Amino acid sequence: MGFVFLMDPTFRLVATGSALIGAVGGVLGTFALLRRQSLLGDAMSHAALPGIVLAFLLTGSRDLPLLLVGASLSAWLGALLVVLITHRSRIRPDAALGLVLSVFFGIGMALLTVAQRRPTAAQAGLERFLFGQAALMLPQDVEWIARTAALIFLLIFLFWKEFKVLAFDPAFAAAMGLPVMALDILLTTLTVLAIALGLQAVGVVLTSAVLVAPAAAARQWTNRLERMVVLAGGFGALAGVLGTLLSTWIGRLPTGPVIALCASGIALFSLLFAPRRGLAWTVKSPGGKRRAGPSG
Amino acid sequence: MLAPQVEIMLVAALAGAACALPGVFLFLRRMSLVGDAISHAILFGIVAAFLIVRDLRSPWLMIGAAGTGVLTAVAVDALRRTGRVKEDAALGLVFPALFSLGVVGIARGVGNIHLDLDAVLLGELAFAPFDRLTWGGWDLGPRGAWVMGGLLLLNLVLILAFYKEFMLSAFDPDLATIFGFQPAVLHNVLMGMTALTVVAAFDVVGVVLVVAMLVVPAATAALLTDRLAPMLGLSVLLGLLMALGGYGLAYALDLSIAGSMATVGGILFALAFLGAPAHGLIAQARQAARQRERLAQQMLVIHLLSHEGTEAEREENCIRTLPAHLRWDPAFAERVIVRAERAGWVVREGDLLRVTEAGRQAAQEILGANGGAPSHPPS
Amino acid sequence: MATFLSARHEPPAPGDGPVIKVTDLTVMYGDRPVLWDVDWEVPAGVLMAVVGPNGAGKTTMLRTILGLVRPVAGSITVFGRPPAEARRWIAYVPQRTAVDWDFPATVLDVVLMGRYSHLGWVRRPGAQDRERALEALAQVGMVHLAHRQIGQLSVGQQQRVFVARALAQDAWLYLMDEPFAGVDATTEQALIEVLRGLKAAGRTVIVVHHDLQTVPLYFDWVTLLNVRCVAWGPVTTVFTADYLRQTYGERAGILSG
Ligand SMILES: Nc1ncnc2c1ncn2[C@@H]1O[C@H](COP(=O)(O)OP(=O)(O)O)[C@@H](O)[C@H]1O
Ligand SMILES: [Mg+2]
Repeated sequence: MGFVFLMDPTFRLVATGSALIGAVGGVLGTFALLRRQSLLGDAMSHAALPGIVLAFLLTGSRDLPLLLVGASLSAWLGALLVVLITHRSRIRPDAALGLVLSVFFGIGMALLTVAQRRPTAAQAGLERFLFGQAALMLPQDVEWIARTAALIFLLIFLFWKEFKVLAFDPAFAAAMGLPVMALDILLTTLTVLAIALGLQAVGVVLTSAVLVAPAAAARQWTNRLERMVVLAGGFGALAGVLGTLLSTWIGRLPTGPVIALCASGIALFSLLFAPRRGLAWTVKSPGGKRRAGPSG
Repeated sequence: MLAPQVEIMLVAALAGAACALPGVFLFLRRMSLVGDAISHAILFGIVAAFLIVRDLRSPWLMIGAAGTGVLTAVAVDALRRTGRVKEDAALGLVFPALFSLGVVGIARGVGNIHLDLDAVLLGELAFAPFDRLTWGGWDLGPRGAWVMGGLLLLNLVLILAFYKEFMLSAFDPDLATIFGFQPAVLHNVLMGMTALTVVAAFDVVGVVLVVAMLVVPAATAALLTDRLAPMLGLSVLLGLLMALGGYGLAYALDLSIAGSMATVGGILFALAFLGAPAHGLIAQARQAARQRERLAQQMLVIHLLSHEGTEAEREENCIRTLPAHLRWDPAFAERVIVRAERAGWVVREGDLLRVTEAGRQAAQEILGANGGAPSHPPS
Repeated sequence: MATFLSARHEPPAPGDGPVIKVTDLTVMYGDRPVLWDVDWEVPAGVLMAVVGPNGAGKTTMLRTILGLVRPVAGSITVFGRPPAEARRWIAYVPQRTAVDWDFPATVLDVVLMGRYSHLGWVRRPGAQDRERALEALAQVGMVHLAHRQIGQLSVGQQQRVFVARALAQDAWLYLMDEPFAGVDATTEQALIEVLRGLKAAGRTVIVVHHDLQTVPLYFDWVTLLNVRCVAWGPVTTVFTADYLRQTYGERAGILSG
């Protein structure tokens, strides 16, 4: 068993794509984590499935950008429904998330059986969106991922301080006259885009891991948002590359779970061994609770 | 032997009903997503237990896998308690990791486990009639029906046995502790119940859509009733509807069975969300309109009273100028005045509106609640 | 959005009119009135206490002035404009700041957020803004904690960070909801000096206050609120046993002795 594939242009391409996906996921996951919306990401990624399948059914095309537009739209709709259901009924967020997640995914699976009857279904390879198959990335896909990632990073850079205050204290942002709703929509849209990008390599079922784990890991290493975002992006990229590498090396594996495992591993390591916050350093005390101010 | 379709429907219906019961308590305790986490985590449990038991049909495998589910809930809670991550992130960290381990195990065929990933996501309900329980040469029917039926029975028995404890700890955990009900024990019973049910339903609808069976009937029932017993009943009914309706839809259009069930669940929820008698959007809108009108009538009466007998009365309490003073749209003002007249709160005297005794009392009630202090400062 | 887009922080148009003018204001939560038929005016340059029992609607009043709560009736102008347009001139210290104390931000980071309203889109806080933020921290006696993570502060210190953030805003109208809650006596004195400084600089300061004893010491104007606006005006004319009794019921007796 050799490592020749490291020199392989196809592998490099795929690794680049996965790294970008991981980086984008880590950066937006930071905001999701801090806004306590980690699980919204999960609901949105599941909600993307019917959009992908519908895009294929309606256009018959298997172009990645097109499928991902469908994914983004339905993920967005899912997020919107979560908000609508929690605001306009007695259903609380946990149940609203579970509802949207499972119903959208179910609709997606039902539509998938329709799509599979199409003669072109096999080449469309819609199944790869379930658990992810990074190896199927084409050069134009990676180019497209790079462009979108660049746009996402640029917008986060431009609206950095607004997103920061939105994440920290939305009530203050509103009192200051910031258009909180518009910013919220923008940030959610960016998250949806990050999820859509991740679908091909990680799949609808596990994309949330690329959002949550790198961000949770990064939080353990620093008390500054600036550093946390960079670290989370780095961890995400690392998980992406490492996951792709491992799944190629082991073979016969969808990439999604392997990337998710790598991200989880980084998170576990950080939770245990990060300086100061690492659980390994805490002397065992009843409950092991560390005083972190009156949070809760 | 029953027709295969009927057997499939039987298994589906039993699964829907069995999941709907713990779903209600998960919903009430705001733990629906813990159900989600458990259902993902059991995949790891199934793989791990298979490595020991080496028989996908063994009851030990079920128990082992369910144990992993309960451990997941415990792990999430422990992680949250460290204060390093919030609850949502703790969930989001633990279950994808376990689920991924399970998927990798299955994809690699660890220990020659024979499951494919489609079955993980969708279950194998269509094969339910082929897996039969026999005893002494007798065909007792599909094994799935026995397993799901057994779990439904178990859930029913547990809920009936601990009904008031469950009820109290769902609504008021503190009070339950004071009464000595040990919410921790009940919590673990609920987690165990959920995990076992989910493991069994895994065969029927797969890992992700079990969540639909846990969450959708309970959430829909919560829109339709405010009381626990009817909520449980309705939830079971909705679970049945979802399972059977879903099967019907899948059969008619040749779709994935599990996917159709979740779809039907979504439709049922949407109907309740819009049309539920007290909590639906339509009912809410009606109620809000009624309330706006009532408030407007009250404001009208108070406005009239506060200028009664003053010099400005002619100007302030005149029907023509009222809308301007109250900043109301004239059409709206007209409607409010007519309603207030009908309620017997005001009468017209030419151009002037006067408050009746009944109106005076109504105003007193509102102002009485807030103290009748003058609203104008000393000059 | 428009208010934030106009990046420069020009002062509100000077005028003789009151800073806040409220007419016939009614606010309801569900079908319960929280503010009922309130008429109220706040002249420029006063240091005003708002007092009233718990649940009197004091917090609601401030949030309505900010345009964060929609009234069911009546009108409000702030600096002669609708509330939403006046926000850039207002600094608000909420009663309970429901933030995540484990957020990865230092004390200085949080105070710097007060400068954002001066920056408009895209621009980052610069050296001047940092200086102003540190100055605000000095005013509340917290410079030495500037680089602490906010979760590592005591409750009183956390409250002071949010006061400092409001100071860093360099606003024209300050709305502070019980800023002295959980703050020790020394800090309270220091804070009140800061507020007096604001008044001296011609700013308008409205403070929800719960300690009736200190109202005449700290403030020159007072508003007595209990769902309805019982009275408002200079402390010397309005802060009377009679009005207090109307506001608090019999409990006010403890003070008038
Ligand atoms: N968002 C809300 N929804 C419903 N009721 C509220 C809300 N906020 C405050 N209230 C109620 O309105 C009343 C006035 O509240 P508040 O303005 O906070 O009073 P204060 O600040 O004077 O103590 C209280 O009885 C409170 O319970
Ligand atoms: Mg208050």
